[in-house]
Amino acid sequence: MKTKRIFAPLTSEGIKKLETGDEVLLSGIIYTARDAAHQRMTKNLKKLPFDLKGQIIYYTGPTPPSPGKIIGSCGPTTSYRMDPYTPSLLKLGLKGTIGKGERSQEVKEAIKRYSAVYFIAFGGCGALYSQFIKKTTLIAYLDLGCESILKLEVEDFPLLVGIDACGRDIYQQQKT
Amino acid sequence: MRKISAEKIIAVISRLCIQSNCQINEDLITSLKHARGKEQGRARMVLASILKNIKIAQREKLPVCQDTGMAIVFLEIGDKLKIDLGEFLSLSALVQEGVRRGYQSGYLRKSIVEPLSRVNTEDNTPAIIREKIVAGNRLKIKLLIKGFGAENMAKTSMLRPDAGEAGIKRFTLDSVKKAGSHPCPPMVIGIGIGGTMQKAVSLAEEALLEPVKSKRAYFRGCPGLKSKIKRLEEELLREINQLNIGPAGLGGETTALSVKIKTFPTHIAGLPVAVNISCWANRHQEIIL
Repeated sequence: MKTKRIFAPLTSEGIKKLETGDEVLLSGIIYTARDAAHQRMTKNLKKLPFDLKGQIIYYTGPTPPSPGKIIGSCGPTTSYRMDPYTPSLLKLGLKGTIGKGERSQEVKEAIKRYSAVYFIAFGGCGALYSQFIKKTTLIAYLDLGCESILKLEVEDFPLLVGIDACGRDIYQQQKT
Repeated sequence: MRKISAEKIIAVISRLCIQSNCQINEDLITSLKHARGKEQGRARMVLASILKNIKIAQREKLPVCQDTGMAIVFLEIGDKLKIDLGEFLSLSALVQEGVRRGYQSGYLRKSIVEPLSRVNTEDNTPAIIREKIVAGNRLKIKLLIKGFGAENMAKTSMLRPDAGEAGIKRFTLDSVKKAGSHPCPPMVIGIGIGGTMQKAVSLAEEALLEPVKSKRAYFRGCPGLKSKIKRLEEELLREINQLNIGPAGLGGETTALSVKIKTFPTHIAGLPVAVNISCWANRHQEIIL
């Protein structure tokens, strides 16, 4: 299988070319957000810390960078905990999420409805993924510590398409 | 009486926190390599990434995973050992200081919050401390790092006394199935059987400290229990690996790397069972002072 190169923010045309199971290399801007940031963002959807249109959220809370480093270890956290919040963010234009593990039926339907995509990264590989992060900027929720929202500039970040815009689910495919 | 200083214990615990998070034990690496050799396709790709990650973590002195967990410190304190507490009020305060320094100086993530307010304690304390007094003049310190992607999948059940091995197996397989892709498989599984609910849960956690390939099993009482446990461990590992959850939940023969069981006598009316799940990165170190 040929690896596809993709760029964030995502475009509708770009998303349509992605199929579940595709190996992709992602470059561009993505945002980190996990449990506490999702709770806070969805409390007031009118006052979000960044414009969601076309953007990708990476479910991660990195370790702090040691001196001279851009970021510490930065792998995916388990996605299902974000499931209750994801459909409302997709509705506002969020186009992609990156995490690990299966998503709820509601999230799958929302991904299909809003023509978005769910990428998976491998759990426990935070040191590996940190190598593809070129720049970080703290943009919101500083008080949440490791759960603050960071803007990440990534280059050739390796991912698999877990759920494509047609709603096909990689985890279901391997079960059948 | 042999003496040991507060500073010594703090420095050792601090170092153990960093070591446990940045390096994976050889027995686990061997098991991962063996699994990579058996698997194909995506399963093989996941295991190759995991092994590459371990190398990068070691080279770059980075934590293997961004979830540097909640620290659990097991202390076995010799009854003929005198601990010089220095400025500290208790042994537990001293252990917490070690964890605090380790997480700060090692650039590890501070993931511990007050449970209701969700306010972060900022230094990853408190660690959970489990101590026991043993004969001798040594201090054994074991540190287990528990990431919560996997910890969230742990289960316990008070089975009926007649549930037997079949009931234990059913509960374990059901717990692993429910965990599925979430806890970063291939999993390392610790099972506690017997005692009270609390005892079973403790045993399951302690079972995670066992080497992946160990032949040792904790047993008490009736003869033949040791071989029975060994057999049950092997059967469970085989059956779990037939579930086709696989590395990262993407299918394959390697759903678990290891199953370890610890038992304790229990009451005539019950059969407590606990299943503790660790992600593939079962991180623990130990030292004897």
